[in-house]
Amino acid sequence: MKRNYLFEILAFTIIRVLSAMVILVLLAILVFIIVRGASVISWEFLTEMPQEGMTKGGILPAIIGTLSLVAVSIVWAFPVGVMSAIFMNEYMQQGWYKRLIRMMTNNLAGIPSIVFGLFGMSLFVNDLKFGDSILAGSLTLGILTLPVIIRTTEEALVSVDQTFREASLALGATRLQTITKVILPSAIPNILTGLILSVGRVSGETAPILFTVAAYFLPKLPSSLFDQVMALPYHLYVITTSGTNIEESRPMAYGTALVLLIIVLSVNGLAYSVKYYYQKSTSKN
Amino acid sequence: MAKHCIEAKNLNLFYGDFHALKDINIQIEKNTVAAFIGPSGCGKSSFLRVFNRMNDLIPSARISGIARVEGVDIYSKSANIVELRRNVGMVFQKPNPFPQSIFGNVAYGLKVNGNYSKNQMSEIVEKSLKQAALWDEVKDKLNQSAFSLSGGQQQRLCIARALAVQPEVILMDEPASALDPISTAKIEELIYELKKNYTIVIVTHNMQQAGRVSDYTAFFYLGNLIEFGLTTEVFTNPKEERTQNYITGRFG
Repeated sequence: MKRNYLFEILAFTIIRVLSAMVILVLLAILVFIIVRGASVISWEFLTEMPQEGMTKGGILPAIIGTLSLVAVSIVWAFPVGVMSAIFMNEYMQQGWYKRLIRMMTNNLAGIPSIVFGLFGMSLFVNDLKFGDSILAGSLTLGILTLPVIIRTTEEALVSVDQTFREASLALGATRLQTITKVILPSAIPNILTGLILSVGRVSGETAPILFTVAAYFLPKLPSSLFDQVMALPYHLYVITTSGTNIEESRPMAYGTALVLLIIVLSVNGLAYSVKYYYQKSTSKN
Repeated sequence: MAKHCIEAKNLNLFYGDFHALKDINIQIEKNTVAAFIGPSGCGKSSFLRVFNRMNDLIPSARISGIARVEGVDIYSKSANIVELRRNVGMVFQKPNPFPQSIFGNVAYGLKVNGNYSKNQMSEIVEKSLKQAALWDEVKDKLNQSAFSLSGGQQQRLCIARALAVQPEVILMDEPASALDPISTAKIEELIYELKKNYTIVIVTHNMQQAGRVSDYTAFFYLGNLIEFGLTTEVFTNPKEERTQNYITGRFG
């Protein structure tokens, strides 16, 4: 008896320490980036073009570039992913075809992102002649994040109480009405989790945009989907490893990292508050 | 025309290879309450779900024979499932209000089924909630979440939701099994009231409940309809030994 008790204490202590370490790691990264990057952040840094071999000036084109890549890829990948998941979960019958699609989706999620980059370059940039452009980059990033959206949406749909579907159909609602009026509203909080994950992924990926859109140095803002842009993660890589003067641009790198973090965290924050709002209005007390 | 509101002729139901219902023949009169009793897995819930085609949701389910509601063959090719389900309401085992307001729940069937003005909708919602004996408890908080209600209230809300589309038949699948005795009594009173305007079929595990609320009782066992008759007859003078054994609690 006493041994069991001691063992329990020990086990929970270990679990506690390990979970605290997760928080510590996250905090350490945040503090590290904030301490080194905060001093660089200024109005000029956020609103100006890079100057003097990217050692001075700002990172505006990279911010705009990343924002437009995230926006365009989510605009197409989110609806496509959510609708695929709805089709798979609400319309398709169980069977080998559905298992095959699910297996393919899972495999898609496991492909290294540089492979997506190569594929995007070959298909979108060269074959479809989009050139190095926001369009080519966003299509590539969208494909990369589709499995995340499909998987999380499917899980969200599966977790909706089956009796809601039955109750709705039993009242004479069609399948589509049941999906739009009952199932989706209940599933939205969890679908948004998928959105959060994919925004984080899309804004942070470097490999898929390397050959499809990212510019080394381009001190002008994009005016169409067919323009090349700079992007924060690639800019970070450039000024850290292959800039004109790496030592001098080091603070700029921390600043860039901080801006990237802020963008991702604020999108997450936004999605969480929407999620919280829906959960409050739909949860069982 | 149809004196018999619900009818099945040589009805068989399969789930894959499993023969769940075997040659069921039954006729249930209009404006009566019929109780389906029998041990778990005997097919009584499956049979209930034949009449609003809920079994359609199970891909492996196959059906043969004839099922009629108000004289209409509901499994014929020309049958309109949406129409059928509007005509045949259902109350489920666990209270399952939608994650919406109380008003929204009752109005749901109206919203999906056509054009009702705001006024018509409020009228029908009020009428349905009154029929379900819930109006007095919720009239001041129609816009609150349905989840703010107690379990018993939620189940009456689900009954109101089913009533709002003005069905002819109400199927109840163990409607009180998740409720406390007081809420159960309320639901039973309600069934007694509703009988005047609706035909009600109720699946129950509770023998006393079947005795209290129903006019007719059907006893199912291993996919067969063993006995169907007036509740008073079935309970006091069953024709079949198996019915007798089940009712007196010798198995189940």
